[in-house]
Amino acid sequence: MAIEVRIPTILRQYTDGQKAVEGNGETLAELFADLETRHAGVQARIVDGDQLRRFVNVYLNDEDVRFLDGINTKLSDGDNVTILPAVAGGMA
Amino acid sequence: MLAGMLTITQALHDKIVAHAREDHPDEACGVVAGPVGAGRPERFIPMLNAARSPTFYEFDSQDLLKLYREMDDRDEEPVIIYHSHTATEAYPSRTDISYANEPGAHYVLVSTADADGAGEFQFRSFRIVEGEVTEEEVKVVEAY
Repeated sequence: MAIEVRIPTILRQYTDGQKAVEGNGETLAELFADLETRHAGVQARIVDGDQLRRFVNVYLNDEDVRFLDGINTKLSDGDNVTILPAVAGGMA
Repeated sequence: MLAGMLTITQALHDKIVAHAREDHPDEACGVVAGPVGAGRPERFIPMLNAARSPTFYEFDSQDLLKLYREMDDRDEEPVIIYHSHTATEAYPSRTDISYANEPGAHYVLVSTADADGAGEFQFRSFRIVEGEVTEEEVKVVEAY
């Protein structure tokens, strides 16, 4: 089951500079565990414990997975996953 | 003497300041995109502050996706990521530093308060790389 994953600039240090990689998994959690086997270090930048990091946005076919099932969102063959760090900050 | 430099047109500089002024007392935020690798800010893209807060900003997640898709299609990158501070000086806060994820971008801060006695609308630029902040000179030009 192949899922295309688009990687943001800041995480391309784990993918030899590639903008997109392929992975497998029934859920996002499994997909990120699978990516970790070939791109060591990437999982911890996306996942914190059993949740997505608060300031990392993950989209499944252009939908923010926070409005789906978060890290337990189910995947199908041919899905596209996009990872984008939030652009955030402020004086607080 | 500051290490780096941001060169920006007067028109773009004024648009960023105007956006900060308009959204006050909330923090304003946005991007100036430019051709990949050129380091030249060209396309002004004001963003909605989804947090609508005087102390925090965050791009709306759907807007963020659209923005990055669009830049990708146009071979652009975020040359400037700007936001305003509404009660403190135009210097990156601890929050700004911990969420800074574009080491190639100039982080521009505009203060809508006269927090450091230097007057309102101080416009300053920084690199934020792996938690380290480096201020750079801002050179305002008529055209590139």
